[in-house]
Amino acid sequence: MIPVQFDYLAPTSVEEALAALGQHGDDAKILAGGQSLLPVLRMRLNAPEVVIDLGGISSLRGIRDDGDALVIGAMTTHHDVRDDSLVKEHALLLSKAAAEVADSQIRHRGTFGGALAHADPAGDLGAPALALGAQFVIAGPGGSRTVDAADFFVDLFETAIGDDEILTEVRIPKHTGWGAHYEKFVRVAHQWPIVAVAATVRGSIDEARVGLTNMGSTPLRATATEQALAGASATEDGVREASQLAAEGTNPPSDLNGAADYRQHLARVLTGRAVLKAAGA
Amino acid sequence: MTATQDRPATEIGKDRRRKEDQRLITGRTRWTDNITLPGMLHMAMVRSPFAHATITSIDTEAAKASTNVVAVLSGKDFGDELGVCINAWPITPDQKTPGHSPMPADRVAFAGEIVAVVVARTAAEARDAAELVDVEYDELPAVVGIKKALTDEVLAHPDLGTNKSALWVFDSAEAGTGTDVEAAIATARTDGIVIERDYRQQRLIPAFMEPRSVVVDPTGEQITMWSATQIPHILRFALAATTGVPESKIRVIAPDVGGGFGGKLQATPEEWIAWAVARRLSRPVKYTETRSESLMAAHHGRDQVQTLTLAADKEGKVTALRVHLDADLGAYIALVGGGVPVLGAFMFNAIYKFPAYRFECQTVLTNTTFTDAYRGAGRPEATYAIERLMDELAAEVGVDPLEIRERNWIKHEEFPFTTVAGLEYDSGNYEAATALAKESFGYDALRAEQKERRDRGDRVQLGIGVSTFTEMCGLAPSRVLGSLDYGAGGWEHASVRMLATGKVEVVTGTSAHGQGHETAFSQIVADRLGVPFEDVEVLHGDTQVAHRGLDTYGSRSLVVGGEALVQAVDKVIDKARHLASHLLEASQDDLDYADGKFTVRGTDQGVAIQELATATFTGHNYPDDMELSIDAEATYDPVNFNYPHGTHLCAMEVDTETGAVKMRKYTCCDDIGNIINPLIVAGQVHGGLVQGIAQALWEEAVHDEAGTLVSGSFVDYLLPTAADTISFDVQHTQEPSVCTTNTLGTKGVGEAGTIASTPAVVNAVVDAVRHLGINDIQMPCTPERVWRAIEDSRAGGATETPPDAMPHFAEGEANQDSTDGAGQ
Ligand SMILES: Cc1cc2nc3c(=O)[nH]c(=O)nc-3n(C[C@H](O)[C@H](O)[C@H](O)COP(=O)(O)OP(=O)(O)OC[C@H]3O[C@@H](n4cnc5c(N)ncnc54)[C@H](O)[C@@H]3O)c2cc1C
Repeated sequence: MIPVQFDYLAPTSVEEALAALGQHGDDAKILAGGQSLLPVLRMRLNAPEVVIDLGGISSLRGIRDDGDALVIGAMTTHHDVRDDSLVKEHALLLSKAAAEVADSQIRHRGTFGGALAHADPAGDLGAPALALGAQFVIAGPGGSRTVDAADFFVDLFETAIGDDEILTEVRIPKHTGWGAHYEKFVRVAHQWPIVAVAATVRGSIDEARVGLTNMGSTPLRATATEQALAGASATEDGVREASQLAAEGTNPPSDLNGAADYRQHLARVLTGRAVLKAAGA
Repeated sequence: MTATQDRPATEIGKDRRRKEDQRLITGRTRWTDNITLPGMLHMAMVRSPFAHATITSIDTEAAKASTNVVAVLSGKDFGDELGVCINAWPITPDQKTPGHSPMPADRVAFAGEIVAVVVARTAAEARDAAELVDVEYDELPAVVGIKKALTDEVLAHPDLGTNKSALWVFDSAEAGTGTDVEAAIATARTDGIVIERDYRQQRLIPAFMEPRSVVVDPTGEQITMWSATQIPHILRFALAATTGVPESKIRVIAPDVGGGFGGKLQATPEEWIAWAVARRLSRPVKYTETRSESLMAAHHGRDQVQTLTLAADKEGKVTALRVHLDADLGAYIALVGGGVPVLGAFMFNAIYKFPAYRFECQTVLTNTTFTDAYRGAGRPEATYAIERLMDELAAEVGVDPLEIRERNWIKHEEFPFTTVAGLEYDSGNYEAATALAKESFGYDALRAEQKERRDRGDRVQLGIGVSTFTEMCGLAPSRVLGSLDYGAGGWEHASVRMLATGKVEVVTGTSAHGQGHETAFSQIVADRLGVPFEDVEVLHGDTQVAHRGLDTYGSRSLVVGGEALVQAVDKVIDKARHLASHLLEASQDDLDYADGKFTVRGTDQGVAIQELATATFTGHNYPDDMELSIDAEATYDPVNFNYPHGTHLCAMEVDTETGAVKMRKYTCCDDIGNIINPLIVAGQVHGGLVQGIAQALWEEAVHDEAGTLVSGSFVDYLLPTAADTISFDVQHTQEPSVCTTNTLGTKGVGEAGTIASTPAVVNAVVDAVRHLGINDIQMPCTPERVWRAIEDSRAGGATETPPDAMPHFAEGEANQDSTDGAGQ
């Protein structure tokens, strides 16, 4: 498990990092927590010539209150997202989902921005970010731009971030007081989800947001379910019909952990459970 | 010199913390990969991506030109000096055995097979250059899966003309150990019960913690190999036998080794290549595999299809058992590959008094990683089959699964008992183990809860699984192994060295790789010789130190190696008695030996064993007719296997909406005779249980149709961690049935948990949904498989057990017909 040799750069500002990216282009890879990149390098599935470590850029770390949104720096670890009191208050769903990522060691290294930039459809943070209507702030040679969650996730391991760009922060519209639950279905504890459902609801139930993990090549929103849930009662009977719609429009993979039809079944069952738990029922 | 009176009353039975653990856990020790020699070179392997292909050319120019590369060698560059990988257990005289070169020059037979080796000054440079080796292949059709192999349409080795390697048969009527199965089955068809099932033992990967690593130093008088192996002695023998180097010129060292589970009971291509390269270059070399290489190319385990017929009378008394196994050997017949299923032959009748038994095992070759021993080796497969069948029989008769077992098991007053497979079980008490397990488990309360959940149609159903296992272990009486055509014996050797200062070195031919021999053996010597535990040093794993030995596997180290040690200690005391009588000027008959001291009966005169050791060092005063040493050695060849047994009870919850299963309670009561160190035993039982549970629920090695290992990383090959298991309730009977064929009265425990737990778990899962008309779920019982079984039962509305066998070759099942591995 020895990666191909590479040069290592440790810029201390976003500008410096962008300049390095500009200079090395395709041959460079950004390193955040390394929890996805390092396995890829060690298995020699990728062999960049230069690795640009964002670890030394302190402005990319941390969570701040910005009026009607929270701003989470790309280099904030899963552990910090999970434990942050602002996140718990205004975006509980993210805290719950971050708690389910891998294990404690990985949560202390892996980052919020890294996970979203990596865009693994089985990653635990995409669906909650999508459900909460996150906005992605991306810095490039020409300055910063903001991309909506719906446009950020493009395909398997592919996002709106260009080769010469860096994800700097993610804005999460406040969902203060919303109940939340992340229902992750795994066979062993340290596994990526076979299917997971991110649900957050206002009241019981006035409004609901439901995101699906690993039900297609990108995180998905269960829009039909969301619509059916508005005004539903937070009981098993009340959510049953809405959760039956959860697999609509999904296109999940088939692999050793389950075929597509089984995943669709799971999505329906887990949606019902997630919504009820989010509503505190 | 430590005073003997400091010694606690008895060491045996004490929860001694393992003295080896600090160095093993911190890693501040000599793992093979930690060994660095002057001028040492590093190797990287070039492996075939194809399961079956002819090698048409290998271009090594670019690799050779790479920085700090010293050599790039392929099979063609070596002649006989490469040696061969041996099969030490041809199970029949006409077994078809493909030649197994460590690095074939012409054709590869599985994905991951080595075709070239790069040698460089650093491991990173070797790895970089390995990517520059350009190998051209002509792909050949590959045969994957037992069912396809049996058709002989595609051949794993075209020159053999068939994939069928050997058919091994045991028949109780022919052997005179029982009656005829066919007659009994015919009777049962008209006037009794016949249960027919196909069970599948999925392929597993031993997944030891320390990847395999080997260092070879060709400088000096002996060529030295350090290897992360379970079997240094067998390796030395095999190297001498296949590479032409005299055995006296070979030293093999297994330094600290991080786990094996049978996976390091192998003579590997990697070791043979390292050996040849070091000799060719006259430089020390090292090779350490990556985890990906380990999963792909270190031997796999299990992989059988079992076709089973159980006949019984209407009360559920079994009248016959017929077993046909098809066992996948993979691409080559590894060291004891073919013998593993044969070891199971003697265990299908388990703890029961079956009058008639027939066993057939057909081994087949495929273009997949070769298979061999994995914790339990043959016995888990057998135990799974019979314990699943006994639950099926109970369901058919309509009685509790414990009741059906009691109707068939050997009663404790019937020991010694000769089984229908021809083994003599010396001792056991199935009643006592079962009673204790049942009570501790809270069996009746859980049954009541199960009924309640069924009655109210709870989304979560509860199932209770039973496994009353026994096994034959302590490999093994050498003559028995000889009668089975095994290539070696089963004895063990030990020696005791009394050092000048009174400290003791004991040397064992067993080779620990995590078991705790240093601690347990020290406890035995401390008690038997009467010296402090701390004064005993246990040496092993180096053929220069332990010249005789047969290493560690098959739950043999304590019951065979420990017994050899006891005999050596007794010889030391005998020799010392002679010297003591001389120094004390007393007759040997007047000497008592206790607590490490000879005393003259009726006087206060005495001499400690440590003083006697010192006396043999100074040599100033000793009898004329005595050789000046009290050191001793002993070789012990057991007269029988030993037969630990136990009752394991498991409660599983099944979420009928998702198919998810969750363990609720696990109780085991193992009767393993006398216990030397309860803490070590608990460790063996806990670890063993988890490995067996993992076969039931999580682990499965899957190759696609082309022969590529799909579960090639721990993302897809699911190993459980502590987070996935519960606290086990581990019991032992108060008055164990001690082994009568060794003086310590011990029975093996290394494999017990693994052998027993798999059927207990699957029985529990099936029991939870049996009322829905389900009588089998294939291992591992993934949520998807459980869910599909429930869905199918709803669709069919079947509530009766179908009379015919449950087919396991469902279209699209992984490793069978199709490739997607998706389970459907
Ligand atoms: C054993 C194991 C189990 C895991 N289990 C789970 C799990 O259950 N659920 C889950 O969600 N995840 C899991 N992960 C992945 C983990 O969450 C990673 O932390 C995450 O996927 C990547 O974050 P990172 O900070 O480590 O990014 P890195 O690995 O450093 O980078 C990942 C990718 O994103 C790019 N990148 C990173 N940051 C930026 C940026 N700011 N701008 C542009 N590109 C960027 C990198 O170039 C790289 O391609 C697991 C990882 C491991 C090793």
